[in-house]
Amino acid sequence: MTYSFQFRDVFAAWEFLLDGLTLTLLLSAVGMVAGLTIGAAGAAIRVYGGPWPRRIVSGYVEAIRNTPLIVQLFLVFFGLPGLGIKFDAETAAMLTLSVNLGAYTTEILRAGLEAIPKSQLEAGRSLGLSGWQVFRHVVFFPALKVIYPALASQLVLLMLATSVVSQISAQDLFHAASIIQSRTFRDFEVYAVVAVAYLALALIFRAFFAVLHHLLFARR
Amino acid sequence: MIRDLSYIDVLYLIAAMRWTLALTAIAFLGGGLVGIVVALLRTANWAPLRWLGAIYVHGVQGTPLLAWLFVFFFGLSIVGITVSPWLAAAAAYSIYAGAFLGEIWRGCLQAIARTQWEAGASLGLSTAQQLRYVIVPQAVRIAIPPTVGFLVQLIKNTSLAAVIGFVELTREGQLTTATTFRPFTVYLIVAALYFALCFPLTRWSRRLEGRLHVAR
Repeated sequence: MTYSFQFRDVFAAWEFLLDGLTLTLLLSAVGMVAGLTIGAAGAAIRVYGGPWPRRIVSGYVEAIRNTPLIVQLFLVFFGLPGLGIKFDAETAAMLTLSVNLGAYTTEILRAGLEAIPKSQLEAGRSLGLSGWQVFRHVVFFPALKVIYPALASQLVLLMLATSVVSQISAQDLFHAASIIQSRTFRDFEVYAVVAVAYLALALIFRAFFAVLHHLLFARR
Repeated sequence: MIRDLSYIDVLYLIAAMRWTLALTAIAFLGGGLVGIVVALLRTANWAPLRWLGAIYVHGVQGTPLLAWLFVFFFGLSIVGITVSPWLAAAAAYSIYAGAFLGEIWRGCLQAIARTQWEAGASLGLSTAQQLRYVIVPQAVRIAIPPTVGFLVQLIKNTSLAAVIGFVELTREGQLTTATTFRPFTVYLIVAALYFALCFPLTRWSRRLEGRLHVAR
């Protein structure tokens, strides 16, 4: 083995990495907020909606969950312009990630809602709680507690999955790696550095969710 | 040269599914072997072994699969191995699947009550025999639904191998797009083919899960 590792060129291009990191964080944040919103609506429809809305939502969930994210991205970014709907890479990425995560969170939140037996709601009502109070104390927090671990790992997975948007040339952290690679030819070093950066992000996300868990549930 | 999208292209796409399936099979086999080791490490009696397993799982689950693919594709040539996309993909997917399968199977092993081990021990079985005759037969039953569920993830994630030039369904879709310039139709067909592979497995996994809950 005669290869000498050379990380200097990689770190010399730190501005690219920083710009990429910014978009990765932005995509993760937008994806989480929009995905959770879609998921909450989807889960509410799945549990409380009429038969047709329920069918439409479960069609959406199955279609998204049984096809790869990269194909969804290609369909939105390369496919939709053929129908006259054009997005830039970043918008396409945000849109696809949100719709993608929305399907997964619909399933997770639905499981949470269904974990609360109906008798609990009736018990809440019979204690004289208002509808809002029942939702808050009997449904929302207990359900969230049940699904919290699944939800947190899904959100970390989303952050890691944002790396795929580099394939439609959205300028995220992974895309920054390929730019640096093409300039320095330090293939291995670049991807090793970026892998470590993602690992650090994943650990930070996990720590954040652990703290949030403590804040939400410590006194419940 | 741009030509029109025809039936033959659809047939090529369908034919490309075999490489998706082949890669899934390799990943599942390699990942299964790694996963068994990970599950045993994670449930070991000696703490440092458990830490080793935990570091592996958190390391792999905290990095994008795309990064593993690139690191292997570019990294193995450094140690003097000529890398084909096959080798890089097989290595990356085994590592990736091993972490997830290991975690799933660890959960299943730990779901078997401590008393079952003790019952085995009191019958004079060795630790290996306890695993073989008492724990594993019960753990396998609860392991099947989540394992099938992960298989769906694996099929979908083989699509990422397209980025290192591995010709499977997604890559074939890219190539077909390049010659026909009909991206919407092509990717819609590609998505439908993935759906045809994954949806039956998803349903099967869910049904198995339902059956398991009834049995309890």
